[in-house]
Amino acid sequence: MKTPALLALALLAVSMHASAQDAAGTPQQSPAPASGTTQVKLCDNKTTVQVSKDAPKTREEGQKISDSLMAQWKAANPGKDWVQAEVEAHQVVTPEDNSKLVGTGQSSTYGAVTQQDVQVWNNETYKMAVYGSTVFHSSDELGSDIAVSCDMCHPRAANTHPETYPKFQPQLGRVALLRDMINWCIEHPVRGKVLAPDDPKMRALEAYILAQRKGVPLDYGKR
Amino acid sequence: MSDDMNDKLKIPHIRSVETRHLEEREALFRGLRNLDRRAFLKASGGAAAAAVAAGVTYPFHSFLPINVAYADEGGAAQGFNFAYISDSHLYVKKTNERFVRQLLRAVDDVNSLDPQPDFVLYGGDLAQLGRREELDMGAQILKSLKAPVHMMAGEHDWYYDMGEHWNTLFGPEHYSFDHKGVHFVVLMSVHEKDFWSARGMSPAERMHTVAGLDNAVQSAFEVGAPQREWLKQDLDKVSATTPVIVFSHSPLYKLYRPWNFWTDDAEDVQAILQRFDHVTVLHGHTHQVLTNRIGNIQFHGMLSTAWPWPYAPQGLPALTVQMNRPNPFDANDGLGDGSVAVHPDGLVDKLYNLWNRNPMQVKASYLSSGGKSDIPVAPTLSSY
Ligand code: HEC
Repeated sequence: MKTPALLALALLAVSMHASAQDAAGTPQQSPAPASGTTQVKLCDNKTTVQVSKDAPKTREEGQKISDSLMAQWKAANPGKDWVQAEVEAHQVVTPEDNSKLVGTGQSSTYGAVTQQDVQVWNNETYKMAVYGSTVFHSSDELGSDIAVSCDMCHPRAANTHPETYPKFQPQLGRVALLRDMINWCIEHPVRGKVLAPDDPKMRALEAYILAQRKGVPLDYGKR
Repeated sequence: MSDDMNDKLKIPHIRSVETRHLEEREALFRGLRNLDRRAFLKASGGAAAAAVAAGVTYPFHSFLPINVAYADEGGAAQGFNFAYISDSHLYVKKTNERFVRQLLRAVDDVNSLDPQPDFVLYGGDLAQLGRREELDMGAQILKSLKAPVHMMAGEHDWYYDMGEHWNTLFGPEHYSFDHKGVHFVVLMSVHEKDFWSARGMSPAERMHTVAGLDNAVQSAFEVGAPQREWLKQDLDKVSATTPVIVFSHSPLYKLYRPWNFWTDDAEDVQAILQRFDHVTVLHGHTHQVLTNRIGNIQFHGMLSTAWPWPYAPQGLPALTVQMNRPNPFDANDGLGDGSVAVHPDGLVDKLYNLWNRNPMQVKASYLSSGGKSDIPVAPTLSSY
């Protein structure tokens, strides 16, 4: 469920359709648009909302439209609120809260850091760690041949010691990075599919493992 | 490296430290096994000293007839041995053969004990997902044990059909029996309050939730009021001087709630056991060497045959000497089985037979002395 849901959540953008040949709306929606309205469709190509043609083109109106679409989408896709569901089952340490930076310095836009900047940094970072948690806890996501997942031996990522990398691993015959050790554990105890270094799952696993050790000083080379 | 390569490089035949160590260890045990009882009593001190001199830190192997040391002492009860196997987490064989092989190894270990233990405790979590086929296969494998088996249930055996098939195979989940003057109680300590109905979970979803150690959706383990009542009544007829040994799957104390290393009504159960002079609790679930004492009660963990667990980041009892952090490159490290030598007074020496490492013994005298004497040797790599 994870990857498609991740994509779907990112689909807050709405596309405007003046016509509505496909009557794929939800029960609340009349299949054909009333005259004088525009049909707005979600990127799933199904969920729609009718908007009066002369509704004011303001930010508030836009927000209403997207809220309505997302509420429908969530109702039609229960269990797809994967971040919340994952966090309810498996605690994931939250990233540094940077809100003390609000009003200071220069952000991605010209001007001071806004509350919204901080929220975006926080949400996006957390979401990646949470996605890592779903992979870490799922033998299917890891492609395990023997139904084994990481949490079976590392509850809440205990004993993964990411702060000790890089370090020399004689059995690997070289200095290992965290991802080398993750791959070793995927291949051996888990008997899953080794991941490319830039595979989204590998990136997410690293994010989750590092997140769980937040606050522990770096100590590369430690055994 | 091939032999002629060795010749060319003029490297004499070198045996590694590990090889030499294992050879010495093997020779020691072979020698000890061949001694008769009386000779053993005389020789064991010297053998142990020789072993220590040779750098062997844990000279006693689980398969030694430890009970003979007490056989001549007399007293009300006799000393005896029993063995344990625990936490095998079997999936059906076509899903995961590794865990099946590991249980077979433990069965071989126990069957090769000479003399045979009086009985074998199975410590719970025979199955991984509580399926009928998993439990059936486990029962089949345990049938090949030569000694009689006492079964205990774990959460992985239970939450698919709420113990229905386990009960069919093995009988009631809590019971008691007497053996050579010791009163044994087997508890079912992993009941959970209903978290599944309100969420509309299927049996498989319920099982998966409980199977995740760090899954926070589930409730805490508990013995529960009805079983505590049963325990009270069962112990009513037992005198305070009778040694009591309790088996529970979860530790009967509160260690670390986020991993359910925990029994929610532990204090209530401890209170029921308070009146006895000597009480020992043996628990599974934690997959590691774990030692604790609360008042008159001594607690020991059991090793798993499936996978080792890290030590909890908080709440570790002060008396616990950790086992070495397992080596991830050795698939059987941190795993094993073990045995328990029961003294005539009912207190026990607990042996952790760690596969691929020296066994680790935690003696009653270590616990009785509050950790002052017979301290087990600390490992090189402890958890952090
Ligand atoms: C069957 C048990 C098992 C499974 C499953 C398992 N590991 Fe491990 N792993 C271990 C053990 C044991 C260690 C050694 C722990 C220690 O050093 O304390 C280890 C070590 C590690 C380390 C290095 C720790 C260090 O101190 O250098 C990392 C990183 C790691 N595992 C990640 C993972 C990930 C990610 C997964 C899932 C893909 C996973 N492991 C699955 C048993 C397992």
